[in-house]
Amino acid sequence: MTIIDPAVQSSTYDSHTPIINDFTIVVATENGSGSQTANNALIRAIFKMGIPVSGKNLFPSNIQGLPTWYAIRVSKLGYTARREHSEILIAFNPRTSDEDLAKLPSGGVCIHPADLKFTTPRSDVVSYPVPVKEFLKELNPPQSLRDYIINMAYVGVLTELLGIDRGQIEEALMHHFNGKRKAVDMNLGMVDLAMNYVRANLPKQDPFRVAAMDATGGQILIDGNTAAGIGAVVAGVSVVAWYPITPSTSLVDAISDYAPKLRPAEDGKVNYAIIQAEDELAAAGIIVGAGWAGSRAMTATSGPGLSLMNEFGGLAYFAEVPIVIWDIMRMGPSTGLPTRVSQGDILSAYYLGHGDSRHVCLLPGSMQECFDFASVAFDLAEQLQTPVLVLSDLDLGMNNWMTKPFDYPTQPLQRGKVLHTESFETFLAEHNNQWGRYRDVDGDGIPYRTIPGNQHPRAAWLGRGTGHNESAMYSERNDDWKRNMDRLSQKHETARALVPAPIVDVKTGASVGIIAYGSSYDAVREARDYLRNHGVDSSSLRLRALPFNDDVTKFVADHDEVYVVELNQDSQMLQLLCSHVPALAGKLRAVNLCDGLPLTAEFVTNRILQHRGVVR
Amino acid sequence: MTAVTNRPTNRIGLTSQDYQGGTTTLCAGCGHNSVTSQIIAACYDLSLDPRQVVKMSGIGCSSKTPAYFLGRSFGFNTLHGRMPSVTTGVTLANRTLLPIGISGDGDTGSIGFGQFKHMMRRNVSMVYIVENNGVYGLTKGQHSATADIGQDLKYAGINELPPIDICAEALAADCGFVARSFAGDAKQVRELLKAALCYEGTAVIDIISPCVTFNNQDASTKSYTYGKEHEERIQDITFIPSYSEVQVDYEPGTEQMVRLHDGPMIKLRKLARDYDATDRWQAMKLMEEARTANEFVTGLIYINEARATLPQMMNLSDTPLAYTEEALLRPSRDAFASVMSEF
Repeated sequence: MTIIDPAVQSSTYDSHTPIINDFTIVVATENGSGSQTANNALIRAIFKMGIPVSGKNLFPSNIQGLPTWYAIRVSKLGYTARREHSEILIAFNPRTSDEDLAKLPSGGVCIHPADLKFTTPRSDVVSYPVPVKEFLKELNPPQSLRDYIINMAYVGVLTELLGIDRGQIEEALMHHFNGKRKAVDMNLGMVDLAMNYVRANLPKQDPFRVAAMDATGGQILIDGNTAAGIGAVVAGVSVVAWYPITPSTSLVDAISDYAPKLRPAEDGKVNYAIIQAEDELAAAGIIVGAGWAGSRAMTATSGPGLSLMNEFGGLAYFAEVPIVIWDIMRMGPSTGLPTRVSQGDILSAYYLGHGDSRHVCLLPGSMQECFDFASVAFDLAEQLQTPVLVLSDLDLGMNNWMTKPFDYPTQPLQRGKVLHTESFETFLAEHNNQWGRYRDVDGDGIPYRTIPGNQHPRAAWLGRGTGHNESAMYSERNDDWKRNMDRLSQKHETARALVPAPIVDVKTGASVGIIAYGSSYDAVREARDYLRNHGVDSSSLRLRALPFNDDVTKFVADHDEVYVVELNQDSQMLQLLCSHVPALAGKLRAVNLCDGLPLTAEFVTNRILQHRGVVR
Repeated sequence: MTAVTNRPTNRIGLTSQDYQGGTTTLCAGCGHNSVTSQIIAACYDLSLDPRQVVKMSGIGCSSKTPAYFLGRSFGFNTLHGRMPSVTTGVTLANRTLLPIGISGDGDTGSIGFGQFKHMMRRNVSMVYIVENNGVYGLTKGQHSATADIGQDLKYAGINELPPIDICAEALAADCGFVARSFAGDAKQVRELLKAALCYEGTAVIDIISPCVTFNNQDASTKSYTYGKEHEERIQDITFIPSYSEVQVDYEPGTEQMVRLHDGPMIKLRKLARDYDATDRWQAMKLMEEARTANEFVTGLIYINEARATLPQMMNLSDTPLAYTEEALLRPSRDAFASVMSEF
């Protein structure tokens, strides 16, 4: 493969020509060694210096001991996708240090404990050995904190070598430790030891530096699961039922953390219920019951959990119960790679259930959308009386991203066509005294709903997954069945106009169109710049929901070649697009990968150039 | 809601007709229809407002029956074995509702066994009725998990696995209301139902309810003949509503009075056994003794209202979550601003 990233393409770095705010640091440590504090401090400090930065945690399914890598990308242009290569290695894991060193480009930087010996040292890499054991001896932290404190050594080295503002490191630690001075000082002690050592003993030999910018002002750093959790509490969630599964657990953790702050108890009582179910079957059952009874109910899960929710997904679709399912996608099947990202649940989510069912699926692609779609999902679920699936993924959900702070909602909750006691009476008066739970009064496929507690003597109905007529009565009549399914199809057509429209960026005259969604769009945004450098102008369409609307049809029609970029083996979105625009399917080309890592712009660029015969 | 007839009415002015549902589609003589009749009678007697009740079920013959009673109540015929979780969600969304759950031995003892146990563990406020006949009816005659050892069915052959005892399982799960009855013992079913409907927490009633089509041979412990010949009531049960002005007399030593949380009482008159239904260990011992001696004991096996219900444990507001107004479902501007400033 040809490497497109110009920074890497040069292949050697000249220490006399500074490279400012455009490089990647990879921190190699052991899982469970407490490096997250150090990594977050670095990211936050660089971010607060006004420099665009992003972090991607590539971690194993393990509590302690397996190798983990954390990539910190500093990008003056604001690119946040993963890169194929990193320029600076923190080699703090002896078990992977040889392999990690071998991956560095020529002219790269290796920061490592002084006692670490490499099997094949590299003379073309700048090496900074750091006597961390001596630092520990000098600092003598409590035994239980040694593993954590040791990581602050590389924070100190990087702070000195790259020119990170030490004051911002201190601020970041204050933030991390909630202002607990003792903890901050202990960590800062190690940072300072390392900084002083570098200043006295390790003259700068590499070109990488940070320099303060003004590109992150007013923004915050947050992960998608936290954004979604806060969003759900803001959206009025009442019942959350869930079963622990990586990488969705932190979404429910966020709800548990923020609900008491956002919706504090009154007289010791709360207006939300968060319940850990015995499995995903029960989690789905609980929210179906809660949604049927009229509350805003949601769960968060990942692929294996979603498959356990399959039967309830079908029931809720058919009985027309509003529920929201967040699927934080990871590598399946079965346990798969539970800590690695994927967009592999597109088809199983869209068709969740048995018999015929097509679901509304939302595809957040930013922190703002993780927050916003929490509300949109509930609104759509209640407006359409149907399950809404929000397909996020591990990269969005668990990594830190920059975003504008979220705004307080301005729109009221959309509760849909719910008839309460009085409005039911009015409805009867206006509709010839007729009501049927599944009657399509408005021609949009969406019937009127009553919920338990309605005091009108005619309001009650018996929900069921079995065949039913417009009055919710048991029916095995073929015409009842067909009429009901036709109405559900009509409702799906109604949904097309209600779901978030795709974000389209048309380049006039471009024959190349790129369709992407969720976290895979980030690589596309960057890849379009590289393609332009190769003389290829492109338009892009970022999908934000299923079902597709007319914008998608038009986009495919308006371009000669349309590349569908996604993170799965079977090009699942491309399959759905083929059936959406069968006459135009010949224009669609797959740019897909399924290796457990976030997509890179290099990959996207190269695959498109390969398709076009520019490179092989 | 009052009907213009000469029929007697209850305290809220409803006739027993107002508690009826659709016509049953189960086999003539099915035990489940008897249970349905007693649910109607118990709700009428208690003057329950049908709008307060939700009828919940899973899948199977028994789970069809919510269509046959309380036509004015909301209900949800859910998935096989999953009624407990759906009902859990319903009670979280609206804690003022009174769910009556109907299940069967397959729905509870096999596919829904996990959910059954966890519902009791959480003490979801509901009446959970198992219409237990030892056989799968809708799929035409397979052994269920409550089938007797040696149960011989036309196609399924002989069952060699030990039966699951619904009441023993409920006791093990610390369920606070555990009863067993027989569909042929209408009065006992009705009195137990009334007590269960007034109980705060999960109330489990395992009702032997014969399947006349697939498992009514005399030797089966789930048959009418066996039930009639072998039923041994551990006590005579009388439900005394709290509004009753009748002076409540009882004889200490031979009768036991249990008062429920909001006033009604259950009078238990001792029969052959000296049995204390508030003693969990006695209850477990009774189940084991009945199992080894092959006895069919019925009655209120265990009652203890001490445990908090799920909405109580979760400190849910008194206003049902489903009816909480938007202003309360949203955070205040200040609270939101404060959280955003943390980042």
